[in-house]
Amino acid sequence: MEYEITLMTLAGIAVIAALGLNLITGFCGQISLGHAAFYGAGAYGAAMLTTNGVSFWLALPAGALVAGALGLVVGLASLRVRHDFLAITTMGVGFLFIGVVRQQDALGGEMGIYAIPDPGLGRLGYMVLVVVLAGLVAAFSLYLKRSWMGFAFDAIADDEDTALMVGIDVARYKLAAFAMGTAIAGVAGVLYAHEIKYIGPDSFGFPESIAMLAMVAVGGIGSVGGVAFAAVVMTVLPHWLQVVAEYKLLLYGALLFAVMRFSPGGLAGLVRSWRTRAGGFRIAATGKVEP
Amino acid sequence: MLRLTELSAGYGAFTAVHGLSLAVAPASVFALVGANGAGKSSTIMAIAGHVTVQGGQVELDGQDITALPVARRVSRGIALVPEGRRLFGDLSVRDNLMIGGYARPRRDEAENRARVIEMFPRLGERLDQAAGTLSGGEQQMLAIGRALMARPRLLMVDEVSLGLMPAAIDVCYAAIRRLKEAGVSVLLVEQSTARALEIADRVCVLESGRAVWQGSAEEARKDPAMIEAYMGLAKV
Repeated sequence: MEYEITLMTLAGIAVIAALGLNLITGFCGQISLGHAAFYGAGAYGAAMLTTNGVSFWLALPAGALVAGALGLVVGLASLRVRHDFLAITTMGVGFLFIGVVRQQDALGGEMGIYAIPDPGLGRLGYMVLVVVLAGLVAAFSLYLKRSWMGFAFDAIADDEDTALMVGIDVARYKLAAFAMGTAIAGVAGVLYAHEIKYIGPDSFGFPESIAMLAMVAVGGIGSVGGVAFAAVVMTVLPHWLQVVAEYKLLLYGALLFAVMRFSPGGLAGLVRSWRTRAGGFRIAATGKVEP
Repeated sequence: MLRLTELSAGYGAFTAVHGLSLAVAPASVFALVGANGAGKSSTIMAIAGHVTVQGGQVELDGQDITALPVARRVSRGIALVPEGRRLFGDLSVRDNLMIGGYARPRRDEAENRARVIEMFPRLGERLDQAAGTLSGGEQQMLAIGRALMARPRLLMVDEVSLGLMPAAIDVCYAAIRRLKEAGVSVLLVEQSTARALEIADRVCVLESGRAVWQGSAEEARKDPAMIEAYMGLAKV
């Protein structure tokens, strides 16, 4: 049972991190190849606090704040660059984060931070906390998607220049997307640090950023349900199947390639097209167009 | 309503509009005409805030808006129908209209949409269809409708007739006439001078970013030089 609880906790953390990236890349159309840096900023920020005696409950929002503040700075850079240039910039932020962490003794340097205190909720309690937070982030994402802000994100993702033309304050919304998405990644980072009890520079490298991007792309860019489902499957599968664990990066790369080539809408896109086809069959069978 | 004073605008070191002065009266149609590259689109893009103003002044209702950000200009009542329509192709007609009304209070959305549909009933039949799947004429109607959702006092329309069937052009021009009657000022960019003169009250002819002729549409129709040079009706 202990194993299943750990798996469920890690899957919940992955859902939170992936939904944070989905907000930036899926909703607002801003590609980010350095999301693990914000995940790491939250983890390091909170671990520094809890290893110095601060309560986990204070460290949790603090980690989100640290990651969100860093995201805001990167968001400012996003105002000047777009598309592939933004991808390269965010990738640079990821490398920069790792470089800084490695060089700072205060952050544990190459060795990382050990013996991160247990939040004191028990294994099951901690899993429930993670699942509840994942549910809240999913609910927030759905609310955001249907809100006025969600429409503005849609417009920016579709065509930034035209969005500006109709009076949308593009800069403000892009900053908001970065701040919210990275703060959510920060929450995931805090939860990860206090689950594993150890963090090091390699926990938040480029492969982690690509893994998160793969979860978003495979689930369906912009789809809350699809991304959450992909995050769960792509976290659980390497633990269940040894072969998947051994070739994890290779498989993620292949999945990304396959999705972009055969179903750019990801799993959510596939489900939509199946539904449309099923609807088409119904029309063909009855001869009537059903609402 | 709108006054440009010695407006110069361009891209980086390049100047596309040189010292242009003109005034658009309330509830009137002002046509900017000229050949490709004359600076017509750059002028309206500068008024909307998308092209850098290098000199001169843009005034709306007597207030200097030269340095205002785009979003503030929209909320002050300037709306743009860009060349090529620039619709959100993946989004539905309804969502395109909703986004067009971004600068207005959300409670006005249903009323504004009803007004647009009354003007372009075809859009009402296509509300849930993706904008990218509409015909060219319907897309132009949607582009105008989206701009109208912001309840503009000044509507700027770039090349409304470009690539459209005559019937679709008639629908769009009829809409512009109705807007004028409703008190909206329209700044129209057209390559076809003859078409523009059908509805314009005043005309400005641009060449290489400079105004070479300006006056009422009535005067333009009577000016032999205008007729010969810009309406393709040269005497033989």
